[in-house]
Amino acid sequence: MSDSVLYTVGSLSGLGFLSSFLLYLIANKFKVFENPKIDIVEEMLPGANCGGCGLPGCRSLAQLLVESEDISEFYCPVCGNDKMKEIAVLLDKSIPERKPQIAVLLCNGTCDARKPVTTYDGPKSCRISDLSIASDTDCDYGCDGFGDCVAVCAFDAIHIDPETNLPVVDPDKCTGCNACVLECPKDLLELRPKNKRNLKIYVACKNEDKGGIALKACDNACIGCSKCAKICPKDAILMQNFLAYIEADKCTLCRKCVDVCPTGSIIETGFPPKKVKKQESAVVQN
Amino acid sequence: MLKTFPKGGLHIPDNKLSEESPIKTIPLPKIVQIPIAQHIGTPPEIIVKRRVRVRTGQLIAKATSMISANIHSPVTGMVMKIDNFTDASGYKKPAIVVKVEEDEWVDGVDTDKSLNENIDYSKEEILSKIKDAGIVGLGGATFPSHVKLNVDNYSTKPELLIINGVECEPFLTADHRLMLEKPKELIVGIKIILKVLGIKKAVIGIENNKPDAIDILEKEVKTDPGIEVSALKVKYPQGAEKQLIKAITGKEVPFGKFPIDLGIIVYNVGTVFAIYEAVQKNIPLIKRVVTVTGKSIPDPSNFWVRLGTPVQHLLDMAGGIPEDTGKIINGGPMMGKAVKDFSIPVTKGTSGILLMPQRDSIRGEVQACIRCSKCIDVCPMGLEPYLLMNLTEKVLIDRAKKEDIMMCIECGSCSYICPSNRPLLDYIRLGKAAVKNELNS
Repeated sequence: MSDSVLYTVGSLSGLGFLSSFLLYLIANKFKVFENPKIDIVEEMLPGANCGGCGLPGCRSLAQLLVESEDISEFYCPVCGNDKMKEIAVLLDKSIPERKPQIAVLLCNGTCDARKPVTTYDGPKSCRISDLSIASDTDCDYGCDGFGDCVAVCAFDAIHIDPETNLPVVDPDKCTGCNACVLECPKDLLELRPKNKRNLKIYVACKNEDKGGIALKACDNACIGCSKCAKICPKDAILMQNFLAYIEADKCTLCRKCVDVCPTGSIIETGFPPKKVKKQESAVVQN
Repeated sequence: MLKTFPKGGLHIPDNKLSEESPIKTIPLPKIVQIPIAQHIGTPPEIIVKRRVRVRTGQLIAKATSMISANIHSPVTGMVMKIDNFTDASGYKKPAIVVKVEEDEWVDGVDTDKSLNENIDYSKEEILSKIKDAGIVGLGGATFPSHVKLNVDNYSTKPELLIINGVECEPFLTADHRLMLEKPKELIVGIKIILKVLGIKKAVIGIENNKPDAIDILEKEVKTDPGIEVSALKVKYPQGAEKQLIKAITGKEVPFGKFPIDLGIIVYNVGTVFAIYEAVQKNIPLIKRVVTVTGKSIPDPSNFWVRLGTPVQHLLDMAGGIPEDTGKIINGGPMMGKAVKDFSIPVTKGTSGILLMPQRDSIRGEVQACIRCSKCIDVCPMGLEPYLLMNLTEKVLIDRAKKEDIMMCIECGSCSYICPSNRPLLDYIRLGKAAVKNELNS
């Protein structure tokens, strides 16, 4: 009785050792060498596979970071400068610092400002509505508000505001990964420098129609009056196709353009509400 | 046993309300708006300026590239504006606005209604006349006719001409009325096309729900051995080029090839009539038959409409817009497109204006796919619409391409039949656009 147990255990464990040894030999023979640093770098990357670096996933970025000599082209916007520096130190390479960016919606066509002229009852997808009908309002360029950008955001940073029916970007969560910018069929999202305290000034309109038509379609439209371009001390405002565009590199955030805009299509974020106080005191002085 | 195409297709209630109404000529509108992009290919170049008086039939936009077509002024009047206006696509596109004063034709046009049967022109003369007249396919695809007719463009020799008088879209009766009222002119038009192509054989395909048109045309072709009329079973989408060829000849046009690769050329009856007028009467393409119809409309009718006429004007002529109108569709109910406002103009591709009452126009609530496979049964191209929709929804464009999404002819049968109201065609269109974008980039 005990013999048969011993034989069985002995033969089976012998077989097990033999096959494990064989497997070990085969594994060694066909081993693909991979730099162990790739695994370490991949661990350090966020692992969201968002595509913000322009590569299919975090592992391919890790591989390129480890294998290429010049890594200045590669950058993970989700990591930010500190983490990228850490990785660069680990790999003994240098990486230039980049300004953190944030997605910005270039449309301010709220429900009140941009009245619908017809009803769209097709599938609730921006891309389909863009294919089948330009827009349910008179503005062909504005946001449809079906939230394709919300669906594509891997960081839960965009939400549709039910009051305005426009997407709102959460500055704390947005990593500037570019996914929503690529998704929007009307190119209404743009990455702009985040600056300190999220200070931004931008023209929230993409309407390229003439002023009258644009204003008829939407109260908040840029009418191309070029008042902002004239007042700008740094020549940072480009006028093209009846539309102003503020170049982020040149803009010094002086806020002069915000005050002159007749339709309020230039939006400032992150600034303290200084403007209101000033006006009040002016009234008192008079 | 009547001929038809074997795969898929469905029978939709005809609703040919305007069948009995003769084609009427309506008074000119006060203002016409002539879009420049009315056809497939590059838009022509505008050659008139603001505040210039144009006469009816005068060239106002000239084709500059090979696949393009001329555009002529449909009325006499002053050019008011050249600007961007919303057209049937919903987007703003360049258009010429003319304030109508009268109807004074340019010289050299024979406005006499009498029939001219003698084809005195050579092949080259006919081709250049068709090119000058800016004729495009009036069935809806709006492909420039002179390109299609030029045999030198092809490596295969044409053998058979098919005339498309199917009009399988419900509600529309424009082609039907044209066949009833202008049969002699159509036969001359067919002979002109046969002469240019250098062939002898033509088949006119007509669905069996138009027995009067079949009778009339059969009487007309008795003396011509080369032309025959083929009655077809009523089935949507028989008017689609590939389905019509399959129904009449039994041959299948392979994916990615054109009918000419089988030696076949297909023309719509509207185009044939336009070719007759261009060649025999020197009249450029400035008018077409438009059906204005709908269940709630007081007087469904067929009109001879000058291009550029606002839809509003047509609706006024048909008895006004009923109160319960939910949608105004440019084209037929299956393939047409709802328009945003009534000011959009009639273009070369407008075959009908359809008013849908509110209760018919609302889309049902989208429910889950119950895998009944009805969409697969009705697809005339043998595709799997539910699969194509799912793949597009999940952005698996490569797989959708492998499943031949590009073969879809967008006939809308799948969306029509789906018991769960799934927006199949909307997603397939999206998938097709994505595949095209991928090819371009």
